[in-house]
Parts: sequence; C-alpha cells; structure tokens
Amino acid sequence: MARLLIDQETCTGCEACIPSCPFGALSMKDRIAVVDEKCTFCGACVDVCPVTAITLEKDEKAVTIDTSAYKDVWIFVEHEQGKVSSVSFELLGEGRKLADVLGCKLCGFVFGKEVEEFVKEAIAYGAEKVYVTESPLLEYYRTDPFACAAVNLIRKYKPEIVLFGATVQGRDFAGTVATTLEAGLTADCTGLDIDPETKYLKQTRPAFGGNIMATILDYPNYRPQMSTVRPKVFPMPARDGSRTGEVIRESLPMTEDQIRTKVLEFIKGAEAVNLADAEIIVSGGRGIGNAENFKVIRELASVLGAAVGASRAAVDAGWIPYEHQVGQTGRTVRPKIYIACGISGSIQHQAGMKTSDIIVAINKDPEAPIFKIATYGVVGDLFTVIPMVKEEFKKRLGR
Amino acid sequence: MKIVVCVKQVPDTTDVKINPETNTLVREGVASITNPFDEFAIEEGLRTKEKYGGEVHVITMGPPQAIEVLKNALAVGCDKVYLVSDKAFAGADTLATAYAVTKTIEHIGGADLIFCGKQAIDGDTAQVGPGVATRLGIPQLTYVCKVREIHVEQKKVVVERMMENGREVVESSLPALITVVKDINEPRLPSLLGIKKAAKAQIPTLSAKDINADENRIGLKGSPTWVTKVFTPEARGGGEVLKGELTDVVPLLINKLMDSKFIK
Repeated sequence: MARLLIDQETCTGCEACIPSCPFGALSMKDRIAVVDEKCTFCGACVDVCPVTAITLEKDEKAVTIDTSAYKDVWIFVEHEQGKVSSVSFELLGEGRKLADVLGCKLCGFVFGKEVEEFVKEAIAYGAEKVYVTESPLLEYYRTDPFACAAVNLIRKYKPEIVLFGATVQGRDFAGTVATTLEAGLTADCTGLDIDPETKYLKQTRPAFGGNIMATILDYPNYRPQMSTVRPKVFPMPARDGSRTGEVIRESLPMTEDQIRTKVLEFIKGAEAVNLADAEIIVSGGRGIGNAENFKVIRELASVLGAAVGASRAAVDAGWIPYEHQVGQTGRTVRPKIYIACGISGSIQHQAGMKTSDIIVAINKDPEAPIFKIATYGVVGDLFTVIPMVKEEFKKRLGR
Repeated sequence: MKIVVCVKQVPDTTDVKINPETNTLVREGVASITNPFDEFAIEEGLRTKEKYGGEVHVITMGPPQAIEVLKNALAVGCDKVYLVSDKAFAGADTLATAYAVTKTIEHIGGADLIFCGKQAIDGDTAQVGPGVATRLGIPQLTYVCKVREIHVEQKKVVVERMMENGREVVESSLPALITVVKDINEPRLPSLLGIKKAAKAQIPTLSAKDINADENRIGLKGSPTWVTKVFTPEARGGGEVLKGELTDVVPLLINKLMDSKFIK
C-alpha cells in the first residue's frame, strides 16, 4: 500500500503544501503538516514542499505482462446515422502523431452492418490498417455486441493504445471494454502525449469541473492504455482520398439471443440540439425571463447556424428542455464561439463551457462573473443587444 | 424488488474557489454533498419502490465522513444504507472502485435494479456505473432520462436514454444497472421525522475484508492508472469588455467575431 510520509523533523510548518492538495487532505496539527484519508497519493504536495519533508512511497508493481507484445495505436471509428463522427477523424489526426513517436502503425476499428464507406473514410484520414467486424447485430450501437466485438479484436491483435471519442456512445462503450479487459481507462482527455523516456501514454484531463488538470499514466502491467477523448479538442486532419490501407476482417462471436437490450425506437428531438458538434452555441440564462423570450436566442442562432444552449437556471425554470443545458449537471461543450446571453456565469456553468475558443458575454450586470472569462463582453440589456447583433450579422453575411 | 443505489460524496463546487495569488483550489471550509446526479438516482429508487414494491438499499464508498450522504438517504426514506470504508481502498481508480462496489453489492445479496448517477461532479468519469454492470454481468442503461415501465414478472425494463440528437427507447432484461441524468425526476426533500430517524440510525461500515475483496484488486494496488501530475490550468485570459455606445460596440464585436474566421 502506498503511503505519504511527512517528516516531522524537517517540516517547518510553512503550510505551502496545504493549498497544493487538490483533495483537501492536508492540514496543520501542532504546526506540522498532517495528511488524512482523502489522500489519493497524487504527489502534488511533494513538489511544492520547500524543505522536501514530504515523500511518497509507492509499491513497485512487478511487470507481469509482456508489454512488447502490445503494438499500434487504435482509433474507434464511431458512426451514427450513416456518418462517421467527426471526433473519430480528430482522433486519427492525433493518433498519427502518437504512432509516429512510437514508430508503430495507426489503425482504425469499425463495427456495423455494412461499413465499407466508413473504412474508406478512416483510411483517407490516415489509418494504415482497419479492423472490421460486420454483422446485422451491429447495425446500430448496443453495448453488448459492440463490447464483444472490441474485446475480441483487442485480445487477438493487442494494441498498445486504444482511443475513443468521449461521446454518449464512446463513454458507454469504453467503460465496458476496459473493465472486461481489466485495463486502465482515462475519461474525457484533453491532452495526449508520449513520455519520451518510458514511451507510456500521458493522458491529461480536467477534474473538479475544470478547476484542476491531472496527468495520468497506466502502470506497465496493464495494457492496452485506453482513453476517451473529448470532441473538438484536436483539429481535423486533412483528408486524402488517394491513401490506401489494409483491411482485416473478424466475425462477431455473438448471437442475437445473447444480447440483453433491444432498441425499440428513436425519438428525434423537436429541435436539433446537438451541442457536442456545434461550432457556435448561443446560450440563454436567467436574464431571458421566460420561455417565450427564448425566441430571441433562437433567432440569433438561426442566423449563425448555431445550436441553442441554456444555463441551469433557465432549464430549472422550465423555459427550455434539459437537453439544452450546458454546465456541470448538463453537457460539457467546446465550440469555437460561445455566446452567453443573460447568464451570470456560475462556477458550474463555467465548468461546461470555459474551454470554448471564444466566449462572448452579453449581460446587464457589469459585475457578473461571466465577464472575467469572456473574450469579449458587452454590458447591456440583452433584448436590445441581441437583435442588434442579429441584424448586423444578417447584413454582413447576406442572410 | 430489491433496488440498490450507489452514491458518492463530493466537494460542493459551489464553495470551491480559486486563490487568485497561487491559482490553486481553495478547499478549506468546502462542504461535502451528495453528488447531484446521485440525488436523482436515490429519488428514482424511491419512486420505483413506491410503484412496484420492494426495498431501497444505498451504498457509498469513501472516508468515514461519507456517512453524511447515507444519513441524507435515510432521511428521504431509503430502507438500508451501507458505508464501505477502509484505508485499503485509498487511491482507487475507476477500475478498482467498480470492483469494490461490485463486491459490496454481492455481499448485500445482489440487486434486481441498480441506480447510479450519470457521473460524479468531482471526477466526471462516468466509468464506475458501466464497470459495476460489466463485473456483475448485467446489462447497463446509461444516460437514462425516463424509466417508462418495469415488468416485474417478466423481468424487463423499458427506459428512454438521452442521446446527442434525441432519445433512444431501450428494452432490457433485469437485473440491470441504470445511470440517470438530471431530467429524470425532481428529488424530494427529507421530512422532519426522516431527519430525526436518520440522526439516530446506526450505520453499518463494511471493510475490505467484510466484502471479501481481493487486496490486489482494490485501492492503489488494484488500479491500472495513476495520477502523475496535478496542476491548475492556465487562467483564461480575456475579460475585454467592449466600451462605448451600443451602436459602436455591436459592430466592433461583429468585426472581432468575423476576424476569427469561425463564422461561416
């Protein structure tokens, strides 16, 4: 078992370590730092102690598997309604860099009833090899057959790294695959890198609503190294239709009666909400005042081809359905432009949108916290400002 | 029907502040709360019991102070609660946590239906629910925004799942594990009597040994991943408030946005 040791003789009681702990596990007792059971052995305090009184004792894990048997970087090629999700292309782009550093192949893996088109796309975006399982049972996503197909391939071909988009599908799927394989899985990564010495995958992700970042590694006796990666973090790579690649086919070792769920129907939302894919989001908050007034937001969104978001306050008031909620108890988004209208910008709302490239805030209250993180702020009544913005865009864009 | 709800105690981020000088989280005096998504899981457990009969058992894994979230669960009417607490669990990642939770559910005699929140607001991984379902060998239904009906006799459940573009209606066999989103219900408040009863309740604590956990599969030892570095993200720059008359400010804003090339 790991232990965090604080040398009582060396500790000067300077308290430098206390704010460094992301888990609030350190406190002072008789002017000496003490640690409680909230400690997760992350080592953040070790680095800040000016007198090196803190040391971390970790059990060395014996390497029990042959890591050299694990090769190549695999990207899950996700598709929905006949189209490959853009996050899969973004991951092929990032996967290319990782594969180049490791000197291995970049591969895709794709499941479905007929996936010829998706295989072509994966190759055009950089996959050198594509592993394919086709079956009528894989026509649409279900946890059981997809996990079965993935586990089957991964056990057989032993990839070193497997990446999934952190979408509804990817997050449902990856957890099951990792558990079955007893492999590590790091959720919602926003940064990937190869450690130059060990060649391990360094996975960086936000935690505590984006207030801290953590870099995570997998112990060498667990492979593959798996992560889900947030959409829109990595750029789209260039498409090259002239690329060629190898296709490897495996059958699905499962029958319909082994699948425990059945999709009865799909109810399309009354209004396309797709916040995950949106380049631009126009969001409304408490300042909107009522359900009717949301039309101001929708009109601007329609001119810009943007999705409509909302703060928790607007959703809880019943002005707009929950599907639109951005923030800690809603969705996390990362558009190019996020326009926050009548949203004060609580820490919970910020957790869902503060990594947007450009944030525009429109609010009556100049003291609203949203202005602290906004790229551009406009202080004013949104019912005056938004129609002006809309008209100006209409004029410039000729819409 | 035996319903098990898995909950987690998390820091209340409403209280979390950033120290502007050191740019680190200020955790002193931060209250702990039940993970918001788990409140919906508890409520759904209670509603299921009220409609179909049975008992609601709530489990949490965490330090001794996590007992508070169990008292809240008792106060709103859950039947039994268990605290799973042991120093040996420290440093667990999602794989090791899911293992310990699974062993706990087995220890208390299994479940017909398990509810979890979609994810916890501190780690945001959404991995423990699917991990527990996989280990128990039962189907998982994630992102559920509505439980349509449960056929107790036929051991079937029909739910609606919230997807990116709409709702998927799925039928599953029971037992199953359901993770819920906020839209599913509105959690009730505890009654005065409930609070009094909960305050007096003796809450059983289960150790790693009690749940018969393999010591190599729990805590840091059972975790494939480890955190090597924790840092505060660079503070977001910006904060440029455009000053002047709206007739000047609006065209200026549009110029800046058009220059970004993001508007197509």
